[in-house]
Amino acid sequence: MRRLLISAAALAASEALAVEPDELLADPALEARARAISREIRCVVCQSESIDDSNAPLARDLRLLVRERINAGDGDEAVRDFLVARYGDYVLLKPRVQTNTLALWLAPMAAGAVGGVAALLFLRGRREREKPKPLTAEELDALAKLDR
Amino acid sequence: MKRLLFVIPVAAFVALAFWFAAGLGRDPGYIPSMLINRPAPQFALPPIAGRARGFASDELMDQVSMVNIFGSWCASCEIEHPVLMEIAAEKIAPVYGLDWKDKPGAGAAWLGKRGDPYAAIGDDADGRVAIEFGVTGAPETFIIDAEGRVRHKHVGAITREDWRRVLKPMIEDLKKNAPAAD
Repeated sequence: MRRLLISAAALAASEALAVEPDELLADPALEARARAISREIRCVVCQSESIDDSNAPLARDLRLLVRERINAGDGDEAVRDFLVARYGDYVLLKPRVQTNTLALWLAPMAAGAVGGVAALLFLRGRREREKPKPLTAEELDALAKLDR
Repeated sequence: MKRLLFVIPVAAFVALAFWFAAGLGRDPGYIPSMLINRPAPQFALPPIAGRARGFASDELMDQVSMVNIFGSWCASCEIEHPVLMEIAAEKIAPVYGLDWKDKPGAGAAWLGKRGDPYAAIGDDADGRVAIEFGVTGAPETFIIDAEGRVRHKHVGAITREDWRRVLKPMIEDLKKNAPAAD
């Protein structure tokens, strides 16, 4: 029982986040939207964390800004656009599908398609190679001799 | 056909290797500024403690100027400070200061001890104007042309080398090409 309590406490502790209570919006629905957006906004100071995870002061400012925009009635996409206008596409952890990211989005599919076709051709070739070939004239001859 | 099966993957590998090798020299943390060749953000900031004059974006019109983001809490700003003093003494372009996320009075005390290179200073206590500039850390410096457009962003402390080789020639160029103010 004690062990269970300790592991439960450890699990709860890992839920701790950079978001501080004074930042939260009163409306849970709006707050949930703010959290979802912040999880996909890169902290421009630490760069490999989202602003939702980061303790950097600038990340806090951006979290507050996201909530302010939501409170002002901005849609999710408008909030993201607001940040992209200031910090560029870099601020989005999930790149948008647009002309300069097409290669990024399509390259894995293209690589998969090329590999798939190559594998298919190889497998079909192997089946062809492993299929028993008809006997040659000499072999038929030899066989006929044996049968006699 | 056999030959092609060998040549295509090898060629693809070599091409990728060169591409990645070129990428090794690039800084993955570099964030290009969205403001280049766009108008500087509009703002009007109050003065820092003990000063009469704040800093508003109107001042950036009709002259080539620099906007420097600093804070008394910022270690690199301390390194940059003597260089900014020299730049201000050259009187080539005014340097405006944005005191970013400082405690009340801290910026003024910091400048009081070290000297004040700024033509005017705005107190950006909540960091909102810095966000408008797309600031990612202090110090950062923007060069603004006579039409109030951002022309260059320098990230990190300006060294004497940066000033001599990049910023100063750029400012001189902008001043030469700027249409006469009158």
